[in-house]
Amino acid sequence: MSELAMNPTIAVEQAEWKLPDRGRVGLACLIVTEFALFSIFVVAYLFYAGKSLRGPTPAQVLEVPVWATVCLLSSSLTVALAEHALKLEEMAAFKLWTGVTVLLGLEFLRQTAREWHHLILDWHLTIGTNLFGTTFYSLVGLHASHVVVGLTLLLLALTLVVLGKMDGEDRRFGLLAWYWHFVDAVWIVVFTVVYVVGR
Amino acid sequence: MATVGHITDHLSGPEPLSLPTKLHEWVVTVDHKRLGLLYIATALVFFAVAGVLAAMIRAQLAFPNGKVLPPDVFNRFFTMHGTTMVFLVGMPFFAGLANYLVPLMIGARDMAFPRLNAFGYWMFLFGGLLLYFSYIGGEGLAGHGTAPDVGWFAYAPLTERAFSRGTSTDYWILSIILSGIGSTVSAINVIATIVSMRCKGMTLARMPLFVWLMLVVSFMVLMALPPLTAAQTMLLLDRYLGGHFFDTQAGGSAVLWQHFFWLFGHPEVYILMLPGFACASEIIPVFSRKPIFGRPAMIGATVAIGMVSVGVWAHHMFSVGMAAPSNIFFAAATMMVGVPTGIKLFNWLGTLYGGQIRFDAPMLFCIAFLFQFLIAGLTGVMLAVVPFDWQLTDSYFVVAHFHYMLLGGLLFTLFGAIYYWFPKATGRMLDERLGKWHFWLLVIGFHLTFDPLHFAGVLGMPRRIYTYAPGRGWEGLNLLSSIGVVFQAAAVSCLIWNIVRSLRRGAVAGNDPWDAWTLEWETSSPPPEYNFAVLPEVRSSRPLWDLKHPEDPDWKYE
Repeated sequence: MSELAMNPTIAVEQAEWKLPDRGRVGLACLIVTEFALFSIFVVAYLFYAGKSLRGPTPAQVLEVPVWATVCLLSSSLTVALAEHALKLEEMAAFKLWTGVTVLLGLEFLRQTAREWHHLILDWHLTIGTNLFGTTFYSLVGLHASHVVVGLTLLLLALTLVVLGKMDGEDRRFGLLAWYWHFVDAVWIVVFTVVYVVGR
Repeated sequence: MATVGHITDHLSGPEPLSLPTKLHEWVVTVDHKRLGLLYIATALVFFAVAGVLAAMIRAQLAFPNGKVLPPDVFNRFFTMHGTTMVFLVGMPFFAGLANYLVPLMIGARDMAFPRLNAFGYWMFLFGGLLLYFSYIGGEGLAGHGTAPDVGWFAYAPLTERAFSRGTSTDYWILSIILSGIGSTVSAINVIATIVSMRCKGMTLARMPLFVWLMLVVSFMVLMALPPLTAAQTMLLLDRYLGGHFFDTQAGGSAVLWQHFFWLFGHPEVYILMLPGFACASEIIPVFSRKPIFGRPAMIGATVAIGMVSVGVWAHHMFSVGMAAPSNIFFAAATMMVGVPTGIKLFNWLGTLYGGQIRFDAPMLFCIAFLFQFLIAGLTGVMLAVVPFDWQLTDSYFVVAHFHYMLLGGLLFTLFGAIYYWFPKATGRMLDERLGKWHFWLLVIGFHLTFDPLHFAGVLGMPRRIYTYAPGRGWEGLNLLSSIGVVFQAAAVSCLIWNIVRSLRRGAVAGNDPWDAWTLEWETSSPPPEYNFAVLPEVRSSRPLWDLKHPEDPDWKYE
């Protein structure tokens, strides 16, 4: 190999050899494939919209979850603030913003749980009731499970910082923030499909 | 004696490892080369199993009113054969090649995520074992069924609980979801490796074609597997939580499954084929002693195939009664795939043209691939014509077509790749004489088996029937087809014997037995754990040519 390395190199070749960060590339790929997964469930939801043979229908039972949406979307902002604070090594601010993000995520999940509780107990709508129930619970549930994964990872990051095992040099929190933004972005799609178009 | 032994051990380097330690090292390894070999070895084992299943199927069909297999066993065998070949042989074999070769070809020391890599392999392995465990556990608590018998595309609602009782279908679903997760993480890893780990000077324009094609395949995996995973999840929800995705009695759709499945299934065909193209694109230039003809066109054609292939899925569904505009769209899109594929074929021919061709085993397999792949492509274009497809869909013509593609195209390049890279992975050459036996027996067996099936299909023989009555003109064709299996089995035995023999007694290969041009031939055979002592720096698409011919390097012209 030494011969190759010793070849006279022209100026262009001397330019710095810099490639994208592998973590970011990997996470971008994960987001692409997750997006494809969600789009199949979205297609199924739209395909079956209005095709249930019996009620209840979305128009009867669904209420637009404004508060949950506000919580989840604003958590994108707080996670960005946390990321910024971590880069500046301001650990107190980092803990604050990550904590707020986790609380907002938990509140979102609580709202989802309340909605489901209402649907199941008051309307007797389960996954087996009709096509609406089948597609609704699977799409919203798929998204909620991603929120759970994101929250688990955020709590893990918070623990690592508290234990002093993660600092501003660590690029992993940036990746986690990407993932969290992705979960938020998917909610915009789910929200539009389920509560705006599908109702 | 013990002391003397101890001293010589000490002198000859580290103590030889005990067998458990060695095995343990393979289990805990995160080295891309070891994982690559694990993938390939496991795929070959599954290949042998699926081959035995296929041989049994052909034995049953050799004569009319065959009595070798009962109908329910026959259904299980073709289901297991198809599922195994696609998910446990085709995909992992090339995951193995990509794992082994991509880091070496781009001058890296490992994949981007070595532990994720190991995770992917173990997911695939346990997915495969789960599928075969169904033979034991498939009866489940309900006591119905053993192995899955729903066919490899498992059309709903036949897979719903009402029609597929017991747990055999669940084994099929879960094992494919598992191995799908393995394929997805492996694809993520390949992309991240190619994007982020290239050695200095390895621009995208200089990347070997093999690496380019693996990059495209990996993107296709990311886009194509989620529809399958989603559809399988929906099926599980139907089966266990009482969902209605594919339940026609509650308004669900049977056609939706077909759309989702083929939205995966057709890109999957190219996911299987492109790695075969990748191997041919490395082997043909080296054995023609010429650089590949039309390199940029090759890359462009690959990307085009990748893009068009996600828009052709419904050509598997012409007979379900889609609207005419859909039929026309998917027929036209399917024929369009022929254009970039034709470009590739002509470029390989252009590489051969005027070259100093060496007919070693790897090259023989690639040349047979060119002929057979052409025929497979032509029958493919025939099936893209909607009325023709209405006539011949689900007949043996289709079986012959896709086996021409996957055996005549894919398997031949796969064997070529084994002969080509075996010296790099083991340090020893495969025997050339046995290789020629392997090649000619396989050519004879392949054509005997699959050429007659085209005619059987045209004569109206439907696929998946477990037997047939005499007097329809199918007997002779089926018998010929089954005789071909004997030759194919002999050919594969030659390969196995060749591998076993050459591992011990093969000629020592040296670093670069084929006088090739890509970086993997620069390091030792087998490569050290760190691949390259000094990370290479490249200035053209044939770095080893530059190294060997400093008076006339490629980079002056690129």
